[in-house]
Amino acid sequence: MTDGVGVELENLWIRFGEFVAVRDASVNINGGDFFSFLGPSGCGKTTILRAVSGFLQPSEGRVLIGGRDMAGIGPNKRPTALIFQNLALFPLMKVWENITFSMEVRGASASERRRRADELLEMIALEGQGNKLPGELSGGQKQRVAIARALCAEPDVLLLDEPLSALDLKLRQHMRTELRAIQQRVGITFIYITHDQGEALTMSDNVAVMRAGVIEQIGTGHAIYDLPATPFVASFVGENNVFRGKVLEVKGDEALIRTNRSGDLLAQITPAARGVLKVGDDAMMFVRPEAFSLVDDAGAHAGKSLTARVVNEEFEGNSYSVFLESEGGKRIKMSLPNVGQERVVSTGDDLILKYELRNAVAMPAGELASE
Amino acid sequence: MRHNVLVSRLALGLYLVIFFGYLLGPLVIMSMTAFNSNPFPTISPWDCFSFEWFQVLADDERILRSIRNSVVIGLGTVVLSVAMGLAAALLLTQIWPRWRATYYTIIIAPILIPGVVLGISTVVFWDRMSRFLGPATSDLFHNGIFLTVLGQSTFIASYTMLVFVARLQRYDPGLTEAALDLGATHVQAFRKILLPFMRPAIASAAVLAFLASFENYNTTTFTFGRYPTLTIELAQKVRYGINPSISALAFIIVMLTVFFALSAEAWRRGRMKMAGQAGGDPVPQRAGILPAFLRGNWAAVVLVLFSFVAITLFWTARSYSPEQCKAEVRAAKQAEAAKRREELLRRREEMRRQQQMKGPDIFAPSGRPAAPGASGRPDTDRAPFGGVFDPGNLEGQSGTGNAPRDGSPPQGGTEPQTGAGTGAENGEEPGNGGNRTTPFGSVFDPGNLSGTAGN
Ligand SMILES: Nc1ncnc2c1ncn2[C@@H]1O[C@H](COP(=O)(O)OP(=O)(O)O)[C@@H](O)[C@H]1O
Ligand SMILES: [Mg+2]
Repeated sequence: MTDGVGVELENLWIRFGEFVAVRDASVNINGGDFFSFLGPSGCGKTTILRAVSGFLQPSEGRVLIGGRDMAGIGPNKRPTALIFQNLALFPLMKVWENITFSMEVRGASASERRRRADELLEMIALEGQGNKLPGELSGGQKQRVAIARALCAEPDVLLLDEPLSALDLKLRQHMRTELRAIQQRVGITFIYITHDQGEALTMSDNVAVMRAGVIEQIGTGHAIYDLPATPFVASFVGENNVFRGKVLEVKGDEALIRTNRSGDLLAQITPAARGVLKVGDDAMMFVRPEAFSLVDDAGAHAGKSLTARVVNEEFEGNSYSVFLESEGGKRIKMSLPNVGQERVVSTGDDLILKYELRNAVAMPAGELASE
Repeated sequence: MRHNVLVSRLALGLYLVIFFGYLLGPLVIMSMTAFNSNPFPTISPWDCFSFEWFQVLADDERILRSIRNSVVIGLGTVVLSVAMGLAAALLLTQIWPRWRATYYTIIIAPILIPGVVLGISTVVFWDRMSRFLGPATSDLFHNGIFLTVLGQSTFIASYTMLVFVARLQRYDPGLTEAALDLGATHVQAFRKILLPFMRPAIASAAVLAFLASFENYNTTTFTFGRYPTLTIELAQKVRYGINPSISALAFIIVMLTVFFALSAEAWRRGRMKMAGQAGGDPVPQRAGILPAFLRGNWAAVVLVLFSFVAITLFWTARSYSPEQCKAEVRAAKQAEAAKRREELLRRREEMRRQQQMKGPDIFAPSGRPAAPGASGRPDTDRAPFGGVFDPGNLEGQSGTGNAPRDGSPPQGGTEPQTGAGTGAENGEEPGNGGNRTTPFGSVFDPGNLSGTAGN
């Protein structure tokens, strides 16, 4: 995992006129990593990728690939290959010509190209389909041709711009695994862009979460999911229950928060906010739906439990989603795994929910991801 | 309800008939005149079915030369205007968006400028240029082909640009980026990605440019110098009178057009069929009498039939001889003329008798309005020019009698229009005194030919 070519962004700014598309982004991507940029549409992910591949010059800051400053080096001279959001397969070329285009422009002979195309076609499980036109392939096949075409250029860094967004759910899940497998096989650095948190979490070694041109958090999937640094990350990645309130007490890494409608609750302070969050600050506290469990007695779980009445219940196959409302009118979502039990709750029940301290994170109040 | 539907159907049908009649009628009539031996392009006195006008056309050096000029100029214009149009269209996509509208207007302007203006300005500009650059350039800058290609390209390039812009709008610039990303240089990306994508547009733009160049008159009329194009040559011919060899040319052009249109359609359908098969979408293979490549492709079938008819026509033309028919027609015409001559003589005789009875009026100046009751027509024998311009003359009776009786065009007038031409040149008002109803003062009257040729 360390012998690949790394990519560094140093205080990168990209402006379009007055508009700032990327604001002071600094990322260090290890060689051989599968690194994802995750963020809602329009947050500047593609812009960053285009700066790395050389289609855009940064307004400020530097892009380094393998430690080399890329300023003034065109896209055709960089050791990167980009898989476009719309794939951009050459519609008039056959599949094998598409795949080996990078060899053609280097002047490789047709037989050489044929041979390499056959190897790559085998790798993407499209043997014998080299003579088709891209228009005659299905979505998933096109996808794999685009990957093969990029890999054929033998890049040090492969850049992928939401490559799976056009596929249907089943295929998308299949391609996730496949992409991950390919990455581990070829061992080069992958920079992956997506607005789908599921993709980012399943495939990546590290994830950068972006909002409106700003990188809010960089970390492993686990860190992002369990210890979000900002309210935006907490609400954008996965589902979360948010409790607003004021900090009543700070004890080491823990904070007691007086929530607006659910009483006083305990939470751990997210690492990024330790030493920052002070008594009396406006705070937000997040507990994931699956972190709740049901108990009969609140007494043993002071500060880590709340009571609420079931409003609605949905069966989702692998789990039940239970929607509750606390006495103060706070809406809470809880999810219970479907392990074949009889119906555990029914509308109108009053329940006591408890959570573990490590499953609740507190941080200074901020903007949430808009639904 | 049903009645209404029927009426509207009928109205639509009628409309279509009128519409297509309006579109194609003149072409059909003109094509038919090419096969009438009558020396005036007409179908109503149908003399004989004949191919002689194709022979006349084939022997017409000036027409052939002008076609050659047209083709050379057309090809030059294709090259120049496709290149300029493509460059202009590419620039349009690259240019700063704020300037796009202005740039577009400037580039499109030549279409709106009258061709006459473009022609004059081309000549004037290059004349100035050659003075400025010295006499070494004079030959080139005053060369008709050079000037015509440049003059036509000024506005034809705008047409081709429109074609290219339409195609470019469907181009994904991401493809060029993908090529660059894969290591291609800008030139390679252009040659291997954009150019193949533009190929259909280049083909249609080339055809468009060639046709626009071929049919251009306004601009060319100022620039052609010593290289008249077909349109120029035809216009010059019409001034001196036309004969059906022009129809023969028109017929050939129409046939070529039909042929190419059919070929294109047949080719397109053939490709569609192949694409359908390649896509695993087999065309139902009905067993039929048609060979496979014709099945389900009406254009190919029509094309084959068309070619067959054309070849048959060609072979017929080589062996067919309408001499018998022509002799009959000639005899009929002579009989007709003789009858008329007699009639005229009789009338004149009568007139003379009447005038003699009236007396002194005979000395009145001939140009003056004649006395009531008297004919205003001067006596043929005393009229200036020996009465060449007497309307009666057109009937052929005052010809000296050795007018080419055989009437076969290759001898009586290899270019029948010259006969008419002499008529037009000799007299300031050829035939006008006599026959104001026909547009060219009846220079085209068939009888005229034998009449004046005798002078
Ligand atoms: N060439 C451009 N000119 C002006 N604005 C642009 C340009 N490219 C992108 N933007 C803007 O930058 C922002 C980020 O775009 P992008 O990086 O494509 O978002 P995404 O995260 O969905 O890939 C968007 O608001 C977009 O409108
Ligand atoms: Mg994007």
